[in-house]
Amino acid sequence: MDMDDFGDDFKVPQRTVRKTYEIEYESLPQSAVERLVANDIDHISGIFGVEASAASLLLRYMNWNKERLIEKYMDNASAVTVAAGISPPSRASPSALGPDRSQGSSSGTRTSGFRRSARQTPAPPKAKPQPFVCPICFDDTQASFAALACDHTFCSGCWTAYITGKIREEGEHAIRCMAEGCALVAPDPFVRTALTDDPETWERFNELLVRHFVASNPNLKYCPYPSCTYTVSCPTAASKSALTTIVPIVTCGPDANPPHRFCFGCPIESDHRPVICSIAKMWLKKCRDDSETANWIKSNTKECSNCQSTIEKNGGCNHMTCKKCKHEFCWVCMGPWSEHGTAWYSCNRYDEKGGVDARDAQSKSRASLERYLHYYNRWANHEQSAKLSVELYAKTEKKMEEMQVTSNLTWIEVQFMKKAVDEVFKCRMTLKWTYAMAYYLEKGNEKELFEDNQRDLERAVEDLSELLESQIEPEIIPTLRQKVTDKTVYVSKRNEIMLEDTAKGFLEGRWQWNVPVEGFD
Amino acid sequence: MASISARRLRKELNEINVEGCPAGIKLLSADNFDTWLFSIEVLGESLYQGEVFKLMFRFDANYPISAPAVQFVVDETRGAPIHPHIYSNGHICASILGTEWSPVLSVSAVCVTLQSMLASCKVKERPVDNDRYVRTAPDNPKKTRFQYDGDTV
Repeated sequence: MDMDDFGDDFKVPQRTVRKTYEIEYESLPQSAVERLVANDIDHISGIFGVEASAASLLLRYMNWNKERLIEKYMDNASAVTVAAGISPPSRASPSALGPDRSQGSSSGTRTSGFRRSARQTPAPPKAKPQPFVCPICFDDTQASFAALACDHTFCSGCWTAYITGKIREEGEHAIRCMAEGCALVAPDPFVRTALTDDPETWERFNELLVRHFVASNPNLKYCPYPSCTYTVSCPTAASKSALTTIVPIVTCGPDANPPHRFCFGCPIESDHRPVICSIAKMWLKKCRDDSETANWIKSNTKECSNCQSTIEKNGGCNHMTCKKCKHEFCWVCMGPWSEHGTAWYSCNRYDEKGGVDARDAQSKSRASLERYLHYYNRWANHEQSAKLSVELYAKTEKKMEEMQVTSNLTWIEVQFMKKAVDEVFKCRMTLKWTYAMAYYLEKGNEKELFEDNQRDLERAVEDLSELLESQIEPEIIPTLRQKVTDKTVYVSKRNEIMLEDTAKGFLEGRWQWNVPVEGFD
Repeated sequence: MASISARRLRKELNEINVEGCPAGIKLLSADNFDTWLFSIEVLGESLYQGEVFKLMFRFDANYPISAPAVQFVVDETRGAPIHPHIYSNGHICASILGTEWSPVLSVSAVCVTLQSMLASCKVKERPVDNDRYVRTAPDNPKKTRFQYDGDTV
């Protein structure tokens, strides 16, 4: 595609060395995307020798896939022209619209024909029986009429109302002729003329076109933040296979605060580094699934063999007495306790095969649950801490003010506190996702190294958090400041190592999973 | 000045009064430009022989640019036709009432289309998702986004 070539030309002189966990992308305002659209239209219009409006309809019909359009057009131009709603089937006889390029422009002439026909020119393009009455509104005072290439003529007022409705209510950019069953699509100049007095709807129409272009182009993605009109271009993350090695976290537009950060590869609207999309998705699904609740019930409870009440054994011996029906039974074999004779504290049927199997199944499920909970609790803890960051920010702000009062530090000099809180927040996000990753990592040296990095980062983060929570005494402020500043630098470095090493691992294919993961063999 | 919808409906009503409704369709009431009622039956051989249904049209100010809201009336005396595209609350899943609506279509054109939809029916059954749909359906069928899956019946 053009755009890629264009991008490469300009991206050669890199300012700084990119980190492994960062990816190359470009944030584009709507005007830049509009230029990309115009480039594609110009390109096609040049190759086929058709008007820009026809090229636009052709591209929209083929979802902006230029290669396929060119291929199909060269194969059978008239069929594509009809399918795209540019000319009516009967008109698209090979003589008028052959694959021959010089003749291809004939469709262009017609396109310009119906542009003129609308509104400004009171006279319809073809002689209509006079007086002509619009078959929609039957208003015989209407004087201005318009029709697409199909010659289905209606008054300009009806066209405007119809086009406005399609754009405003249905969000439609391919606006078909009003006649029943007619597949012709209104070209842009026609729409523009109909919307002469309504620049807002014309604007909306263009926005719909840009959205369609972005949605059709795997290199582009709209910023998911409400009312943001920026688009991010990230060709490196456009293919599914690329997403097994990189985590394409991008930020749109330079102005937003906090920045609009989102993942280019999946719908998770937050930074899920260092974990790749498929693992992050799997983990979130697991956390959401009720199956874990069921798993817990399975691991921790049994049903009374008499009244079927669910019982959780939270301690004590195997001699159970159901609270509800007073049935006495053995927790191990589930048989009535009376059969256990005098062996009060051990079940003599413990070793029977059925009992052993049941026990195995239960302990397996319990072990897997415990494993999950280990990771989940830590994940949730960091999530929770991050959620409390709003509070922490407020608290920190207060402390910063306090410091200014009790010491002679300036506002600038107490910023170290805020910086530290920012860093803690960032690292907790990283830590959170490392637990999702660790849950799926296959046991082995690589996982151990991963968990070493994780442990170092976590320890550093907790140390810094504690420092931030400590009481402020005027005499310790200088030492506190030094400590916090040092720790912040250290934590930031640990975070860097964590992200960098994990990202490298993905590129090198170093990580092995304990479950099948999308995109891995 | 009369609105487009009023002018257009007056014209359609006039045509109905002068030329009459298509065969099998009778105008029951058209006292205003909000709601019209018709009776509709399938003439000739069909699964609905002898059954007469009541059809309600509701128009908004954007008619005919936007489609009328059309449904079968379900009351104590009659129900909706049993048809794979008609729900038991009278709502109709027909593309010409939604995405395929064209402003050149008219009330009698819709009646004729629905009539032929009934006439060509081969199995009398409700849509598969009838219960689920009827439970949550909006009062106005135009608020539903139907999936038009196949036009074979």
